[in-house]
Amino acid sequence: MKLKQILCGVLSAAMMTAVFSGCASTPSESSSAPSAPESSTPESSVASSDTGSSLTGAISMSGSTSMEELVKAMAEDFMAKKPGVTIDPQFNGSGQGIKDAQEGKADIGNSSRELKDEETGLVPTTVAIDGIAVIVNTANTASGLTMEQLAKIYTGEISNWSEVGGADAPIVVIGRDAASGTRGAFEEIVGVKDACVYAQEKDSTGGVKTAVASTPDAIGYVSLEAADSDDTVKKMTLDSAEATEANIVAGTYKLSRPFIMAVKEGEVKPEVQAFLEYALSADGQAIVKSLKLITVA
Amino acid sequence: MASSASSAAPTIMGSHKTRTLLETVMYVIFLVCGLFAVAAVLGIALYMVVSGSPAIYEIGLKEFLFGTLWRPTADNPSFGILYIILTSITGTFLAILLGVPVALLTAVYLSELAPKRVYALVRPAVELLAGIPSVIYGLLGAILLVPVMQKIETALFRDDPSHQFTGGANLLSAVIVLAIMILPTVINVSETSLRAVPKEYKEASLALGATHMETIFRVMIPAARSGVITSVVLGIGRAIGEAMAIMMVSGNVVNPPFPFNSVRFLTTGIVTEMSYSSGLHRQALFSIGLVLFLFIMAINIVLNVFLKKGGEKR
Repeated sequence: MKLKQILCGVLSAAMMTAVFSGCASTPSESSSAPSAPESSTPESSVASSDTGSSLTGAISMSGSTSMEELVKAMAEDFMAKKPGVTIDPQFNGSGQGIKDAQEGKADIGNSSRELKDEETGLVPTTVAIDGIAVIVNTANTASGLTMEQLAKIYTGEISNWSEVGGADAPIVVIGRDAASGTRGAFEEIVGVKDACVYAQEKDSTGGVKTAVASTPDAIGYVSLEAADSDDTVKKMTLDSAEATEANIVAGTYKLSRPFIMAVKEGEVKPEVQAFLEYALSADGQAIVKSLKLITVA
Repeated sequence: MASSASSAAPTIMGSHKTRTLLETVMYVIFLVCGLFAVAAVLGIALYMVVSGSPAIYEIGLKEFLFGTLWRPTADNPSFGILYIILTSITGTFLAILLGVPVALLTAVYLSELAPKRVYALVRPAVELLAGIPSVIYGLLGAILLVPVMQKIETALFRDDPSHQFTGGANLLSAVIVLAIMILPTVINVSETSLRAVPKEYKEASLALGATHMETIFRVMIPAARSGVITSVVLGIGRAIGEAMAIMMVSGNVVNPPFPFNSVRFLTTGIVTEMSYSSGLHRQALFSIGLVLFLFIMAINIVLNVFLKKGGEKR
């Protein structure tokens, strides 16, 4: 009985320690959750027949959250093929990734937008292209917009669907939070950077989709893959071009962004070079395709 | 012989020794636990100040607190949180305005009027209400309340071209959700304090010819005043700290706090942008946390003052 009480006391003390130390050590720099792929280095150190299996080393990556799925899948596959290499990807936003690559904190900086002019000293490799779809509620009668109309809707100049060929209903403008890569890409491509007047800001792609699906007069933007994954929302055509892979490749559908892996200028570690080559290889591009992104090689 | 006896039945001395040891050990454990709470509060306070002040210093206190433009990722970023602060204050105030009367009357009903059978039904319901996770409130608000709100919004602002249509996710939705969420807190504390009013007060009032209702409003509630105020302050604390539920119904855009505007609270501001933010933007979110922390501290100080006053009177 007494033993039990003591045990209880000790346990609760231990728990408090854990809770407290958890509170105290939430440093501002640990932004991204440690996100090593579920199946980390495979134990199969049995000599694989793969050429270059002697390759060893660690690759650190940092950057775009939009590229998380792609990077994780590629890293997992690459590590299975080259057991000597470990990849540690972090997902903390394109800007951070580029900065980390410039400062040498990461071997590869992932960016889901073109590098800006002032972001120098890097060699970018485009590994995939992502399309952004403009989505509306399935009950919406409007079917297409011009890029100009889209810009005006997001800046609040056009506020009723009747102005763009829809029913007489106010437009509910839905977007992402300020730190989102999709929002950054969308606003930049449409030319409405920091000029958008949102009615709702969601903190995830799914949030935008759900809101558009449940709000009759809403308009929103999500990655093409998310828009295509089911038919809860309707894609809009832009400048009469449908949001399809073919149109993005052909250049008629303008709302797309590159997925870039950037390395610092100068000598590149052999394992990093191997990874970039892998990303553009048939295996790497197969992963791009499986994630419904657009292949580049 | 003697040794076997002592091991079977402990001597007075032996038992005393183990008991003292146990007492000391337990005392230390209690002390450590007690200190952890203090250390946690101090640690959090220190951490909030340390991590929250650099951004304020960089942005400028006046611009941070009184700026109205929140554009953290623009090329020319601005970090004004006035609308966010005002939204938290207005939202909390309206939720109290809406929730407290209902809660107070419920407390009166429970402590004074409810027949046993009804009490057995209402009491657990109130307790369950307190136990429902806030995300459920948010979910129901988003599914049930927001569409209704959109209809109201469309009807009200149909001919107003300057109004930004929010699709029903607005301050009013958040206020209604918050008002419901603070009910159990206010009901529980108020009911307890109403029950603590000395029986003689009620008996004297009734004996003087006052009706039951007069007794409740003129005698019981005034007598339980400090407890009721405490419950309101606790409700304010609950409302101002809530994030998850209102995030799903408030629209989350930085706007002045008018009922049909899409608005952002201090809490939701942090939650929405923390995951992807970096640099000064991230630091500024910590600063918002610091502001929220100071609000909560202020509320607690007010609460302590009321509790002290209430204690002195008795």
